[in-house]
Amino acid sequence: MEDKLIWNPKAESMLQKERELLQLERLQRIVKYAYEKVPYYKKTFDAAKVKPSDVKTLKDITKLPFTSKDDLRGAYPFGMFAVPHEEILEIHTSSGTTGRPVVVGYTAADIELWSEVMARALSMAGTTKADWVQNAYGYGLFTGGLGVHYGARKIGANIVPISAGNTKRQLEIMRDFGTTVLTCTPSYTLYLAEVAAEEGVDLKKCKLKAGVFGAEMWTEKMREEIEKRLNLCALNIYGLTEIIGPGVAQECMEKTGLHLQEDHFFPEIISPDTLLPAAEGSKGELVLTTLTREGTPLIRFRTKDITAVNHGTCKCGRTTVKMDRITGRSDDMMKIRGVIVFPSQIEKALLEIPGIEPHYKIIITRPHQLDELEVQVETSKNMFSDEVRHIEEIKNNIENHIERAIGIRIKVTLVEPKSIQRSEGKARRVFDMRNIK
Amino acid sequence: MHVKQVSIFLENKKGRLLDALKALARAKINIRALSIADTADYGILRMIVSDVVRAKAALETTGFTVKETEVIAIAVKDQPGGLANILEVLNNAGLNVEYVYAFAEKHENDAIVVLRTENIELGIKTLTNAKVKILEAKKVYSI
Repeated sequence: MEDKLIWNPKAESMLQKERELLQLERLQRIVKYAYEKVPYYKKTFDAAKVKPSDVKTLKDITKLPFTSKDDLRGAYPFGMFAVPHEEILEIHTSSGTTGRPVVVGYTAADIELWSEVMARALSMAGTTKADWVQNAYGYGLFTGGLGVHYGARKIGANIVPISAGNTKRQLEIMRDFGTTVLTCTPSYTLYLAEVAAEEGVDLKKCKLKAGVFGAEMWTEKMREEIEKRLNLCALNIYGLTEIIGPGVAQECMEKTGLHLQEDHFFPEIISPDTLLPAAEGSKGELVLTTLTREGTPLIRFRTKDITAVNHGTCKCGRTTVKMDRITGRSDDMMKIRGVIVFPSQIEKALLEIPGIEPHYKIIITRPHQLDELEVQVETSKNMFSDEVRHIEEIKNNIENHIERAIGIRIKVTLVEPKSIQRSEGKARRVFDMRNIK
Repeated sequence: MHVKQVSIFLENKKGRLLDALKALARAKINIRALSIADTADYGILRMIVSDVVRAKAALETTGFTVKETEVIAIAVKDQPGGLANILEVLNNAGLNVEYVYAFAEKHENDAIVVLRTENIELGIKTLTNAKVKILEAKKVYSI
């Protein structure tokens, strides 16, 4: 098996000392570049009284200010762009159907960079030019579809750009074309398996050998299920639109962590409370700096994802730092069926409705492979009507109001007053029952 | 004086109905008639009680959301067609009946039925004109 198929041995198996020299050189270059080309960075660096020349060692990165998602939203649409539009080939935006999205731009070099890291990722799943890659990530402004596409193109594999949905067709193609590598979200794989069972498509007879799954959190248990039902090696991919899209990190077949492409994306783990660097191997918030991005470079971007990193040589032969599976976020951002939702959006929508008590609970479950969001709202005197019809109307009104605010279908359950726990400090509103371990 | 019905919201949780009934029992309130409208997620318990004010207080103290609704109590001939005739009167007047339930006790040989129309005043007027026997609130609470 080609599990030792390393796309870029020089970069991926480099000695750490040599890599650190490369990282420092690139860091110094990108910091200077960002300062000179992106007014936002000139402003924030000047305000923090720091100059690009202050970065003399890798540790000096901590002298630089962080970049948050809010900062990026505030720069909408093109405040973070370092190049004129003529040099931009492609635009992508972050998911989240309301509020300002984050807009990123790719120069020709950035597309090449994306192709490179995605080729590394797909190679970790054993993909070669002889493979049939069925790409069921959404094509469009979402980075999933095109990211996988570019990586597969670089390898020279045969791409079936089916995008998301159209499940029956997906299964026909899998069986008739002989798909060997499947790329989509982990929750979709279970749905595919379910429909396959209903339609009498025997996935064990298909030629599937590997899958590259991500864009949402998933557990080891989920991996076991997927591997059992689809009869393939299920690997985890990590990425984010702000940094490049998918391809920031990828799991190899050892399944002992995701190799982070640290020659292009410099990782730090910080304590979300103190914002200081955490010890090697301990969990904290992942902060990423793009070392080579031209279109929209990012310095110390706070991802809000919680993980730990470990340096060393993997059994696969790669020396790129490994990060743990993402198990949670440091803020309360939720991702429901691929859409970003904040409890504050729900709260705002609820409080706009007259007669609603500000006591609510958000419960996220995944009963049938797809995320469901339930908002429990306390009935108040004003709201309570003697007739089921009216209560249903109120319930529907609340549902519609929230759905308009966040862009996805949800369920509202009316509960009795005082039944939702009050708290002295920060109220715990969100109960994510999806059992992410 | 219109008959006042007490209704409470019941979450579809174990023991909620019992909690409500216990609260009324503790306050020595007697339930004269009751009905439950249930959906998958919750229920609405409607009651005619012996003391509306104290019942409301007892239930609210226990944490229930209580609503007082005006309803019409009607004396119906205790024979087949008794209720049908009354509903026909309302139907002919174009008045929608939201809900209906019956008392277990009789009042002077008549069955007692509680109903709510979408427009209570018009409902009372229509029924009075059709010579339907509408019961006074005081009478209803002590049946």
